[in-house]
Amino acid sequence: GPGGGAPLENANPLIYRRSGERPVTAREEDDELPDSIDDREIFDRGGPGRGRRAGRGRAVQLRSAFLNAANLIRSINDPEHPLTLEELNVVEQVRVKVNDAESTVAVEFTPTIPHCSMATLIGLSIKVKLIRSLPERFKLDVHITPGTHASEHAVNKQLADKERVAAALENSHLLEVVNQCLSARS
Amino acid sequence: MAAAAAGDAAGAAVLAASVRDFVAGQQDGCAAEVAAGVKDGSWTVLQLVEALGSCLENTDPRMRGRGIQLLSQVLLQCYSHLQEKEVLHLVLFYENRLQDHHLVIPSVLQGLRALSMCEVLSPGLAVSVLKTIFQEVHVQSLLQLDRHTVYSIITNFMSTKQEELKGLGADFTFGFIQVMDGEKDPRNLLVAFQIVRDLIAKNYALGPFVEELFEVTSCYFPIDFTPPPNDPHGIQREDLILSLRAVLASTTQFAEFLLPLLIEKLDSDLQSAKLDSLQTLTACCAIYGQKELQEFLPSLWSSLRREVFQTASEKVEAECLAALHALSACLSRSVLSSDTEDLLDSFLSNILQDCRHHLCEPDMKLVWPSAKLLQAAAGASLRAYHCVTHNVLPLLLEQYTKHPQSSQRRTILEMLLGFLELQQKWGHVEEDESALLSLQGPVCSVVFSALTDPSVQLQLVGIRALTVLGSLQGFLSPSDLELVVDHLIRLALCEEDSQSSEAAMEAAGSLAPIYPKVFSGRMVPRLEEELQSEWEEESSGEPHSPRQRCLQALAAVSTHPSIVRETVPVLLQHLRKVQKESKARSRQDMVSVCQSLHRVALQCQQDEESCWYFHQTVVPCLLAMAVQAAMQESTHLLLGKALLEEEVLAAMVPVISAATTHLSPELAAQSVSHVVPLFLDGEVSFLPQNSFPCSFQPFEDGECLEAQRRLVALLMAFVCSLPRNVAIPQQERLLRELLALSCSCNCPFTATTAAKCFAGLVNKHPAGQQLDEILQLAVNRMEPGLAQGPCRTQALTLLLWVTKALVLRYHPLSSRLTDKLLGLLGDAELGAATADGFFLLMAESPDVLHKGCHADVRIMFRQRFFTDNVPKLVQGFHGAGPDVKANYLKALSHVLNHLPKPVLVTELPTLLPLLLEALSCSDRVVQLSTLSCLQPLLLEAPQIMSLHVNTLVTKFLSLTSSPTMAVRIAALRCAHALTSLPTTVLLPYKARVIRALAKPLDDKKRLVRKEAVAARGEWFLLGSPGR
Repeated sequence: GPGGGAPLENANPLIYRRSGERPVTAREEDDELPDSIDDREIFDRGGPGRGRRAGRGRAVQLRSAFLNAANLIRSINDPEHPLTLEELNVVEQVRVKVNDAESTVAVEFTPTIPHCSMATLIGLSIKVKLIRSLPERFKLDVHITPGTHASEHAVNKQLADKERVAAALENSHLLEVVNQCLSARS
Repeated sequence: MAAAAAGDAAGAAVLAASVRDFVAGQQDGCAAEVAAGVKDGSWTVLQLVEALGSCLENTDPRMRGRGIQLLSQVLLQCYSHLQEKEVLHLVLFYENRLQDHHLVIPSVLQGLRALSMCEVLSPGLAVSVLKTIFQEVHVQSLLQLDRHTVYSIITNFMSTKQEELKGLGADFTFGFIQVMDGEKDPRNLLVAFQIVRDLIAKNYALGPFVEELFEVTSCYFPIDFTPPPNDPHGIQREDLILSLRAVLASTTQFAEFLLPLLIEKLDSDLQSAKLDSLQTLTACCAIYGQKELQEFLPSLWSSLRREVFQTASEKVEAECLAALHALSACLSRSVLSSDTEDLLDSFLSNILQDCRHHLCEPDMKLVWPSAKLLQAAAGASLRAYHCVTHNVLPLLLEQYTKHPQSSQRRTILEMLLGFLELQQKWGHVEEDESALLSLQGPVCSVVFSALTDPSVQLQLVGIRALTVLGSLQGFLSPSDLELVVDHLIRLALCEEDSQSSEAAMEAAGSLAPIYPKVFSGRMVPRLEEELQSEWEEESSGEPHSPRQRCLQALAAVSTHPSIVRETVPVLLQHLRKVQKESKARSRQDMVSVCQSLHRVALQCQQDEESCWYFHQTVVPCLLAMAVQAAMQESTHLLLGKALLEEEVLAAMVPVISAATTHLSPELAAQSVSHVVPLFLDGEVSFLPQNSFPCSFQPFEDGECLEAQRRLVALLMAFVCSLPRNVAIPQQERLLRELLALSCSCNCPFTATTAAKCFAGLVNKHPAGQQLDEILQLAVNRMEPGLAQGPCRTQALTLLLWVTKALVLRYHPLSSRLTDKLLGLLGDAELGAATADGFFLLMAESPDVLHKGCHADVRIMFRQRFFTDNVPKLVQGFHGAGPDVKANYLKALSHVLNHLPKPVLVTELPTLLPLLLEALSCSDRVVQLSTLSCLQPLLLEAPQIMSLHVNTLVTKFLSLTSSPTMAVRIAALRCAHALTSLPTTVLLPYKARVIRALAKPLDDKKRLVRKEAVAARGEWFLLGSPGR
């Protein structure tokens, strides 16, 4: 744990601000309207005053599901630092691609240093979080941002291998660390 | 003589018999008889010793022990009856017995404890007893209770024979060290620690034994003790920690031993050890000085730095910062001799050296820990503050310019703000020393640049900094101040983001009382101008429209009496204009003005003069406008109609109420003598514009008076907010009029308002015949109304409000009225409305019948209502027909929802079956309130809820597909809360719940999906490692 044990691999990493809770709009509280038609989301896209009527439909749906997915993983804890993956910029909104219609999610994550030994663990945590939080229809792809880690291909291969992921989750030590990453911060 | 002698002989026989029964017969009860004999003079202690004679010399140690046990038990009850001489002999006897067989010792110690409580102890005996104990008894080989007896003897002597004991010198300390060395029992430790504290606090000689005394106590540090389950002694870990800390931090003599120990334990893997060390260090700093700390400062600093830089725990961080603050304060305070160096400077320069460069990396993790460390050290004293800020403020200002990105600037400005807030602690800016004053120009320009940055987050920090700068007297020059006001106006009115705009208004509100002239001279005229210039333009009624912003800003800045006198006329003027204008958005505009007036009213409440000014200016004006509008209405002119809409009248109610609640009784009486005659007799002369086309008679019959009757809302706002000791003229007549109006009026708004007004007055009406009469009158009108006819709804509304008024004050009639309501739950026509009415009974009403308007509200009324009526509700439910059963459940859930959770938890077992039944009820209000009842219970009473886990899981899961979003959300929250039940109970359901929760993950509503994700994630963690 922190304080005792081995020194951290990266004691003073770059940190980023958390984006904060998304405010709830009156429309979201309306029982009748599905949230894929969301004024606020369109507003964010088009900038103030513009695009108010445009851009409904597919693009909007993508945006909505994307925000949801980004929200899911941003609060995962780093296995090493008392910080979230978002604060360490390991995950970023722009590196999350969602296609709601085709039910696919792709997440790229960026280890803080190229030799980070936690990369597989972080990838696994993201994957498990998505498995637990997304409807089953989604096909998941979690991989390292190209060119940001020394053993990128090995890690990606492991994460893509369904059997290995399942086996990893049978390992109670690994599962423990993953669960800690996914637990609410104390 | 002979009789006395015979009596003595008889007494001796009784005594001997008792002694025999106790010693040989093992009858413990005899001790009490013997003690009673001593107390009433039947025999003396000496006679008891004689009676014990042979037994005390018996060769069997058990017999001897039994004999001494009797003597000691008697002494414990009779020690206050002893003569000095008796005590002397007994002490000598007992001291001698300390050498006896170990079986005897516990009783000997009890006897000595009794004697240690004697007031007539000859000089020298205390010392003699203690010396003998130290010499003869190996305390740590005794049982816990007997060790405790030894500590009690020492404590007793220390409190009565302090001077004698001090005569023993360091021998006493050494003796005690030997006594407590190796003590293990927490009960004894608490006493032993207290003795050590007294040794130190009362200046007993420690002599050469300081280190030994430290060793014998510090070996328990950090306390590692978990009380056994069902511990009957109730000693908590925290008791021991605090008690030991009080010892360790009680003297500077321990410093050289303690500080290395604390440094060592700070490095521990156990968080509790870290925390204890830090808190102990902080406690020590209260008495230490430079001399004690000097040698250890470098290691202390490096430990603290390491912890703050690395820790994951906010608690550890907070304690580290507190310890650093304490160290810095300690060094700042130390009195120096002329030849010693001031360590504060070198200590702070170490900190600066280690933290400074991190401040230049606003993106890196260590930037905040470094800033916090510096702020903790700087906040300890003015001297430390100057030393740190001389160095840090120029650096931060330079870094701000170097880093152009808004996010980096925000971090830098936030740090700067932290240092500025520290300066606030010392109030004024000292001219010669302050780094801040010399940096006045650059600081202002940095803050102003933040205010014009496009990033809202940076603006917000800038606004906070501005508020702090403004509160430092003499910091801002007059020209800066004008600039500040201009910035605030711009942000308040023009900034797109509402957060910035609101923050700017708040800042204006908090700075205005410091610089009232600048704000009233510069801001108020600008706002007034904006309000008028914007007049022609047809802007939407959105909350961001400039007009809305102006209104909000006018209210926000009204925080000084002189400003209130400027803003209130502007607001009223605007209200009149909107009314004349009569456009589509007039209604929304009027509501906005009223909201602003309400805010001003609240801000005036604490200042008697402003309060009266506001009341006198606003209330007659609002009444006049409303009366005028109502007259025009009745003469069929449409002008000004918006003013009479429910929404607008409802917005005026809080204004009038807030302007009235804080009036002094004299002024309130003055006002009430105008307002009540206005409504009862059409007495309009006190209104500012008082020439009206016809007369004002809201309580008269007549179709065309409908509009006038609506103004009862304003009467209610005023008359129900008066302090209870203000007499209301013609109260009985007023009550009768209100009663008639509430029962007969066809307009629901007017009828309800009249009922509320009636209830508000009845609640405050002094008990007595008059009240009984008026209540009887009300009952007489309600009962036929409820029975049949066109006005059943009105009668029900009146019944609800009157019941509430009486329930709140525990009036005896309230139970009869409540029973009436319970009966109506089964009514086919009114049942549903009655069930909804239970919400009204239990909830806090916003405008009348609450504490703020001086209503008579007993604090426990909800519990009382619960106890009196829930059994009847349950009974009613079981007896009700299928079509009205839901009404009972709904009423019940309203009652439960408003009950304090601790009460609910205790009542749960009896109600749970009903609540579970309520989950199957198809009414969504019942579902929702039942779920919100169950959710806290799952968290607070998991054991009871576990019994019903099967039903709960099934019902919650089925409600997650309710058509109502709120029900789905509540059901998912309950499914989430289920995870606080014992894991073993839940595991059989884990797979099923996880499968079922997959469906709401794809819900069409984002808010539902969010709850589903949280609940499902938690269920996954159940029974899984790492939870």
